[in-house]
Amino acid sequence: MSDPKIEVREVTKIFGKNPQLAMKLLNEGKSKKEILKETGMTVGVNKASFKVREGEIFVIMGLSGSGKSTLVRMLNRLIEPDAGQVLIDGQDIVKMNPAQLREVRRTKIGMVFQRFALFPHRTVLSNTEYGLEIQGADKKEQREKAMRALRLVGLEGYENSYPEELSGGMQQRVGLARALANDPDVLLMDEAFSALDPLIRKDMQNELLTLQEKMEKTIIFITHDLDEALRLGDRIALMKDGSIVQIGTPEEILINPANQYVERFVEDVDVSKVLTAGHIMKKPERIVYDRGPRVALKIMKNAGISSVYIVDHRQRLMGAVTAQAASEAIQSGKSLAEVMVRNIQTVTPDTLISDIIEMVAQAELPVAVVDGENRLEGILVRGAVLAALAGGDLQVNGSGVKHHVYPENSVS
Amino acid sequence: MYIPKIPLADWIDSGVDFLVVKFGLFFDFISFCLSWFVDLFVLALGAVHPLLLIAAIALIAYALSSWKAALFTAAGLLLIYNLGYWTGMIDTLALVLTSVVISIIVGVPVGIWMSQSDGAQRVITPVLDFMQTMPAFVYLIPAILFFGIGLVPGIISSVIFAMPPTIRLTNLGIRQVPEDLVEAADAFGSTEMQKLFKVQLPLAMPTIMAGINQSIMLSLSMVVTASLVGAPGIGADVYRAVTQVKVGLGFEAGLAIVILAIILDRLSQNIGLKRKKRSA
Repeated sequence: MSDPKIEVREVTKIFGKNPQLAMKLLNEGKSKKEILKETGMTVGVNKASFKVREGEIFVIMGLSGSGKSTLVRMLNRLIEPDAGQVLIDGQDIVKMNPAQLREVRRTKIGMVFQRFALFPHRTVLSNTEYGLEIQGADKKEQREKAMRALRLVGLEGYENSYPEELSGGMQQRVGLARALANDPDVLLMDEAFSALDPLIRKDMQNELLTLQEKMEKTIIFITHDLDEALRLGDRIALMKDGSIVQIGTPEEILINPANQYVERFVEDVDVSKVLTAGHIMKKPERIVYDRGPRVALKIMKNAGISSVYIVDHRQRLMGAVTAQAASEAIQSGKSLAEVMVRNIQTVTPDTLISDIIEMVAQAELPVAVVDGENRLEGILVRGAVLAALAGGDLQVNGSGVKHHVYPENSVS
Repeated sequence: MYIPKIPLADWIDSGVDFLVVKFGLFFDFISFCLSWFVDLFVLALGAVHPLLLIAAIALIAYALSSWKAALFTAAGLLLIYNLGYWTGMIDTLALVLTSVVISIIVGVPVGIWMSQSDGAQRVITPVLDFMQTMPAFVYLIPAILFFGIGLVPGIISSVIFAMPPTIRLTNLGIRQVPEDLVEAADAFGSTEMQKLFKVQLPLAMPTIMAGINQSIMLSLSMVVTASLVGAPGIGADVYRAVTQVKVGLGFEAGLAIVILAIILDRLSQNIGLKRKKRSA
């Protein structure tokens, strides 16, 4: 596997008069609470470690005061860490001198802010050009790159407006364009959509995902909203009281909460928007089409089911046959292929449950889950879908969960 | 128990003597430059016919503000001309504007320095308090020793009294720039200078202009005090009216100062406002 784009090792921030003392206590194993009581100092971020792969959207999630905004600001040293390393492409940001740091900020890291942080005295275009302008880039090149970024976020035609003339959603597009203009590898997005109203917010989330398909930036996204985290994140790090409590894919966090805190956090999640057909499908009984109807009937009897799926020799789904049709075929001497139902409803394993509820409810036969080449992977029975929606005791199988390798990060 | 009086006055005296002896040439040089600047100003404005000048200033008022302000400016200046305070007004204007220019040249950089360094702020703030609360007459005395009688000590004491608002509000304006805008400037890799000139100063400009406006008003309020050490202008007329108990003359001169104050206030306020409107 290739090296991570960003690697954060035991980064710590203490707010108070004597960070060294607090660091010492922290290393002795004292908790945030004990340190606050003994010294009056606040542990902002407590030895956070994680790795982010190139092209990944890595969401850091936590409630206010959990240290997530502090953590993201230490990645470009808007806040100086008191200990730890931040490696971007293997280079330690923390050790850099001001000139090196400036260079990294100019070329490698773009940032988008919660309250947009647009310069009110500059036009949209001139805001977008800011990052290029301070690098002393050629004026024409500045304009071209800034216009390209504005086109990317759909703001063509607004370049001569001032930020205050735009709506919140549009302002944040300017913020995004400004961060994208000098084409950084890494985007830091600090609660970037939190100030927007819910509908605009959803639009922006979708747009970010669409943009990300084209750009493939490495994005660190901070949010306090679990739905947003689940929607955007390839992986999510959950923070509490300055520490990272769990890192994993959205599915891993929902299915295996590392502790009670995470469990409480995720209990209100609308699972139908996270879990997919792959998570809840059952292993289907199947029969190859050239077998006889008697065999089909026997399979159904043994399994205690009323229908069975018919596949070809390469496991591709052809249709299904019910017990009634099979016994009629036996009496009339027909083959399975002649009596099978052909128009079976199918979905792919990555379809969200929210999108298949209706289909499952109306289908006479269980909905089949097939892969891209129409090979039968599983079936969706109503009971499993209902169980998943009811949450609680999830009957989830591991097969459609994307497994990411960074085992040391799964809990920290 | 006998506690001897601390000889503070003696210390100050010997300190001032020392400065006068050691830096006499330096003070003479400053004196020369300031006189030259004010003379030039007076000469230039004096060369234009008063009516022409009144029309020009009214036009500026119109451009910066409204036709109402222009009308008031024209009427007010015509009244001053009619009452016979025109030359005095030019002298006063020269004194005020010179003080303000010095206040800006010195005050804005000091304000910037204060905004960038908490240490500087801690040291300079009490100095500013001292400058503003010490009765103005008190620093007229050493000013005479350093610069002699006349216009220059008047300007110097005006500057001391009038500069603090420019410094304070420059500092305040820069410190009030929203934290996230400063963060944004940093996050994109601005140097300190780029951050200052491209983000902080433009955003602080309305506040800085308010400070400069205050400086203009304060230095105008010093013109009578300055006339005590021989600075020419309407202030001298007020002073003369006071010493001779001439109520009518005193009122005329006072009115002229008020009119000048209102005109300068409206003009300088609107420089700030117009900038803000254009940039917002």
